[in-house]
Amino acid sequence: MTNPPGVISLRNVTKRYRDTTALDGVTLDIEGGKIYGLLGRNGAGKTTLMSLLSAQNFETSGDVRVFGEHPYENDGVLARVCFVRESQKYPDDFKAGHALKAASLFFPGWDAAFAAELVDELQLPLKRSIKKLSRGQLSAVGVIIGLASRAEITVFDEPYLGLDAVARQIFYDRLVSDYAEHPRTIILSSHLIDEVANLLEHVILLDAGHVIIDDDAEAIRDSAATVLGAADAVASFVEGRTVLHRETLGTLASVTIDGRLTEAERAGAAYQGLELLPVSLQQLVIRKTKKQEHTERASASPIRTGARQ
Amino acid sequence: MLDESRPIFLQIAGRIENDIVSGTLQEEGQVPSTNEFAAFFRINPATAAKGINRLVDEGLLYKRRGIGMFVATGAKARLLDRRREEFVQQYVQPLVHEAHKLGITSDQLIEIITGSTPQAASIERRVAQ
Repeated sequence: MTNPPGVISLRNVTKRYRDTTALDGVTLDIEGGKIYGLLGRNGAGKTTLMSLLSAQNFETSGDVRVFGEHPYENDGVLARVCFVRESQKYPDDFKAGHALKAASLFFPGWDAAFAAELVDELQLPLKRSIKKLSRGQLSAVGVIIGLASRAEITVFDEPYLGLDAVARQIFYDRLVSDYAEHPRTIILSSHLIDEVANLLEHVILLDAGHVIIDDDAEAIRDSAATVLGAADAVASFVEGRTVLHRETLGTLASVTIDGRLTEAERAGAAYQGLELLPVSLQQLVIRKTKKQEHTERASASPIRTGARQ
Repeated sequence: MLDESRPIFLQIAGRIENDIVSGTLQEEGQVPSTNEFAAFFRINPATAAKGINRLVDEGLLYKRRGIGMFVATGAKARLLDRRREEFVQQYVQPLVHEAHKLGITSDQLIEIITGSTPQAASIERRVAQ
């Protein structure tokens, strides 16, 4: 197989556990050098996908390539990938400082001064036993390792658990400023979508083991809209479109539709007295990943942007 | 600071334009870097770059290699021209539309506008005399 462009490539990757299929024939190319958001509900396959990239798990079928090679037992690849997982295990006798020391030995790009700044900002007690750290302090260990490793691919799997709003803001601020100075591939998995939406350049949305959106964050922004106005006018405007959500209040209707609107269509909506509201990334993810039966098709030729693979 | 109404890169471009129009950013003055904008607004640096590059493409900003980004001479005048063109569509038309909805006649509207502008009111008084 020839190496595709990009740092990560998955070809028809399936991962099955005993009786569940976590990833179902996923094909995905990650170009690299961007901040990627890996979004989806619990059980959508996010952690499985991230585990495969860092060889903490093994695909059932298909092909996984990181820097053109299979990551499993591949030290050359693994030293370039830092996976910060939500439930990271450390040796029993480890202190917080030991975890950072171990990371400094493993990652060639480790920035000790940056790590020290982060320890200070996040107030991590380095001498405390890992077992005695609070949930937030444990997350801080992961955040510090993820940022200071400067690994070419850094994967954060829900790195914020237990972190308060202040600590999360420190993480986001440091992520943006450090990424700006040291561009690399960041994959960020989060349920706090509103908090991270503006940090993302590209979004991958998983649902039940499938990739349902793989697009630039900017393009996704106007890939859906909510039409608000008199129920009759709204109904005729949305006819023939894929409806993601529908609400009514008396004679007022609010319908979220999938698909980009042209300038002419926008002008048409305004002419009919309809209001067009933007759909935030968080709203879009909610609308797209609710159980399928809630998504109705308004016609036989729906406008779609996120191709189901 | 930023909202959901428009793409983020357009909001960044709009903020810089506003600062040029208001004089906060002077012509030939230096503009913060892409990374500074990204850190300040907590947005992806690529998004900040897209907003800035839009103004570079329009000739309102220019790059000095290795030094940074600057406001072009004449940028303010060009932006003022553009804003005056947009003024009717963005401000006057919605105003007229709302006035008609409320049953305010054109004459009443003119009266309200002149009444709420001190200079205009004094000019009108002089004209009337």
